[in-house]
Amino acid sequence: MTAASPPTATVRPGPISSIRAALGRDAWVAGLAVLVVLLLVFTRSINPNYGASGIQSLAVNVLPLAFAALAQTTVVIAGGIDLSIASMMALTNMVAATLMLGRTDDIGVAVVVGVLVLGVVIGAVNGFLIVWTRVADIIVTLAMSFVWAGFALWIAQAPVRSPHEWLSGLVNGPVLTEFLPKAFVVLAVAVTVIWIPLRLSRLGLAIYAVGSNPLAAFRSGVSVGRTKVLAYALAGLFAAIGGLALSAITGQGNPLPGGFTLASVAAVVLGGVSLAGGRGGAVGPILAVMVLSLIQTDMTFLGLNSNLATVTQGVILIAVVVLGSLTQRRRASA
Amino acid sequence: MTAIATASDLLLEATDVSKAYGAVVALKRASLAVRRGEVHALMGANGAGKSTLVKILSGGLRADTGRILVRGRESAARSPGEARRNGIVSVYQEPSLIPDLDLRSNLRLTRTPVDAFRHWANELGLPDVKGSDLASTIPLAAQRVVDLARALALEPDVLMLDEITAALPANLTERVLEVVGRLRGGDRSVIFISHRMIEIGAVCDRATVLREGETVGVVDVTPGSEERIVQLMLGEIAGQAPAITQAEAHAASERHEKTTPRLHVKGLAAGTHLHDVAFELFAGEVLGVVALEGQGQDELFDVLAGSRRSSAGEILVEGSPITFHHPADAIRAGLVYVAADRAEALLMQRNVRENITLPTSAQPRHWGLINSRNERKRVYDAVETLQIDARAGAEVRRLSGGNQQKVTIARWVAGGVKTMLCFDPTRGIDIRTKNQIYGLLRDLAAAGAAVLLYTSELKEIQLVCDRAIVIFGGRVVAELPAAQADEAALLRAAYNLKKEEALPEATAAEAVAAVSTDSAGPARAERGKS
Repeated sequence: MTAASPPTATVRPGPISSIRAALGRDAWVAGLAVLVVLLLVFTRSINPNYGASGIQSLAVNVLPLAFAALAQTTVVIAGGIDLSIASMMALTNMVAATLMLGRTDDIGVAVVVGVLVLGVVIGAVNGFLIVWTRVADIIVTLAMSFVWAGFALWIAQAPVRSPHEWLSGLVNGPVLTEFLPKAFVVLAVAVTVIWIPLRLSRLGLAIYAVGSNPLAAFRSGVSVGRTKVLAYALAGLFAAIGGLALSAITGQGNPLPGGFTLASVAAVVLGGVSLAGGRGGAVGPILAVMVLSLIQTDMTFLGLNSNLATVTQGVILIAVVVLGSLTQRRRASA
Repeated sequence: MTAIATASDLLLEATDVSKAYGAVVALKRASLAVRRGEVHALMGANGAGKSTLVKILSGGLRADTGRILVRGRESAARSPGEARRNGIVSVYQEPSLIPDLDLRSNLRLTRTPVDAFRHWANELGLPDVKGSDLASTIPLAAQRVVDLARALALEPDVLMLDEITAALPANLTERVLEVVGRLRGGDRSVIFISHRMIEIGAVCDRATVLREGETVGVVDVTPGSEERIVQLMLGEIAGQAPAITQAEAHAASERHEKTTPRLHVKGLAAGTHLHDVAFELFAGEVLGVVALEGQGQDELFDVLAGSRRSSAGEILVEGSPITFHHPADAIRAGLVYVAADRAEALLMQRNVRENITLPTSAQPRHWGLINSRNERKRVYDAVETLQIDARAGAEVRRLSGGNQQKVTIARWVAGGVKTMLCFDPTRGIDIRTKNQIYGLLRDLAAAGAAVLLYTSELKEIQLVCDRAIVIFGGRVVAELPAAQADEAALLRAAYNLKKEEALPEATAAEAVAAVSTDSAGPARAERGKS
C-alpha cells in the first residue's frame, strides 16, 4: 500500500518555477525600480544639468527617511505600526549631537555605538508596553512619540551644532565613481548587515509569521510577545541609524521631530508592504522613498508649486492602495 | 511499585484537571490516561469540556488545578511551543500554516525535518505541493494534510488530532485514518477527536468520555461500544414530559400537506461545511435543528439571515425563490435572525429603546426625524410582552444576559415576526429566562410565525419544537417528530448512528474497510462487512 503511493510531494522547487514565483512575488519591487529609473531619465530630460551631483543630493536627501521606512517596515511586517519613529530619530539625533559636542573622534565612535544601543532599548520599551498592556500598537506608539520627543526637548530646546567631519564624511561624497554616492553605500551596508541576516534567521520568519496570522504563529510554537518586542527593538535600531544619519548630514542635533513618521508609513505602503502585516520586504520601501523624493525634485524643476508635490504624493498613495486591494480581490476570487 | 509501572505504561496522564471561566465551570477534576502506542478517542457532547481539555493539553490555556505527565515528566505548558517541547503536538481543524510564508519557511518555523516531512507527505497521499508554494495558495484540504505531515515529522510522543477529518474529502480522510491506524502499537500515542463515530470505531483502541466537565468513563472500543459511549455522553436523563403530544404533531403534519411552506430550502451549500441541506418550514411551527459543532449549521443560518452568500441551492419564501445580498434583503423577506452571541446583535453602549427600534430605523425611508410617540408605544409593548427587566436599560451592556437576549428578540417582535431564525438563543442564559423564551417562541408560532431553532441543548427540542431535523456533515440526515426526539435519539442521529445499520455513511464505510483490511484484526474486518 505504502510502496504503491507515488512520490508526488516535493519540497525542492524546479528552477524555472522558482524564478517565476520570485518574479511574481517581487513584481512590485521590480516595478518600483523601473519607476525610479524612468523618473531619473525624466529628470535628466527636463534638466540636462541633472547628473552625478543630482544623484548625490538624492542619496543624501533620502537617507534619513529610508531608515525611517526600514524601521516602519519591520514593525508593519510584524503586524504593528510605530508612530514614534520620528521622535526616536529626534531623541537619538539629539543624544548623539550633545554627547559628541567638542569630543574627539574616538569618543565619537563610542557615542555612535551607544546611540545604536539606545535605539534598540527605546524600541524595545515600545514593544514591551504593547505586549504587556495589550493596548493597540497605534495608541502606545502615539503616546510614546510624545515621551521620546519630550526627552529630546529636555536635552535642549534649540538645535545643537555639533559637526564631525568623520561622521559627515561617511555619507557625503561619492565612492569609486562619481555616480555612486556614499549614502547609498551606507544604506546598502545597513540592509546587508541587518536586514538580510534577519530575513534568513528564525526571528525573521517569526516576524513574518506573527504579522501574517498570530494564532497560527502561536500554534506553530512562535512566542508572539517576544517576537513583537524584538521587531520594535529593531525598529528602534533603524530609527537610531536614521537619527545618526541626520547628525551626519546636518551636522547638528534637532530636538523637533520631522515628518518622518507619516512619510515612513507612506513609503511602506508604496513599497509594497501590506499594512495588514506579513507581507513585503526592505527594498520596496527604500525605492519608494526615492520615488517620492524624485517626484518632489521634478516638480521643483518644472517650476510647479512645491505644495502640488505633496498633493501628487497623496494621489499616488491612494492609487497604490486601490491598486493593491483590487489585485488582492482578484486573487481572492481566482 | 505500581506508580513506576503505570508511568512506563502511560505515555500521557492528566489527573484532576479543573478549569473555570468566572462562575462557569468547564472542567471538574477531569482525567485522561493514554497508553503507549494507542489511539485514544476523546468524546463528549457539546459543552462537555472537551475543547477546554484539548486547549489545556496543547498549551493554549492553563488549567486552574491538576497535573499533566508526559512519559512521567510533568508538563505545564503555557504555549503550544512549550507543549511541543514537552512532547505534545496538536493538529487543529483550522490549519496553522502561516499564509504569507512559503511551505519551506513554514517547515523551518517549526524546525521540521524536511526529509521526514516529505516521507509523511507521501504516506498521506498529499497532492503535489512545492516548497516554494505560498501556504495561502495551497488548497485548504491539502493544507490540513500538510499540517498533519508536519506534526508527524516532528515525531511527538503524543499527537493530538482535533477534528482533523471534519473538512477533508473522502479520499484524504481514508489516507489519514490509514496512517493514524498504522501508528498503533508503536512508541507514540494519538489523541483522536472526531464527531464521526465510524472513525472512532475504525482507528481507536479506547475512548475517554467527558460529561459536564467530568470524566465519566473509559471504554474499550469494540464493535457495539458506540451505544455505551452515547449512553455515557448522555448520562442519566431526567424524564421530561414532551411539550407537544403525538396527536398535536400529527395534526400539524396534516395541516402542512395543504399549505405552501413559509420557508423552503433546497440543496443549500456554502463554505466548506454546508453541502446539501433541504427542509420546509411552515407557518405556525417551531422546527428544531440539531447538529454537533461545525456540521454546517453556522453557515446555514448565515445564509438564511443574508449575511453570507450560498454557493449552491435555492431558498423559497412563500413559494417564490429569493436571493439575499444583504441582511436587509432577508429582513424585508421576513427572515429575522437571533444570534447566540448578543454582542453580534446589540449596540451595547446604547439604550433598550434604540436597540429595539434599530431594524426599523435602519431602513433609509425612516431616516428622517423619529416619530417618538409611535416608537415609544411599540417599544413599550415589546418590553411588556417579553417582560424585559429594563431598569438598567440606559446601556444594554448592563442588562443580564437573559434580558439582553430578550431585547434582541423584542426588536423583531416589535416589528411583527413572520419567520424567526434563532441560533442557540438560550446559550449562557439562566433557567427562568430560558423558560420565558421557550414560552415566547411557542406564542409566536401560535400567532402564525414560523420559527427555526438551532439549539445545542438537546432537551429544548422536546420542550419547544414541533419537529426536528438533524444535520451531519453539511447534510440533513434525520427528521424526527418531537415525540420521538428524545435526547438519546437526537444524539444518536447527530453522530449519524442508526439503530438498524451499524454503518451509516458510504464514504466512512469505505474508510473502515480500507483500514480494517490493512492493519486491524479480524474483529474489525467483520465489522466492516456487516
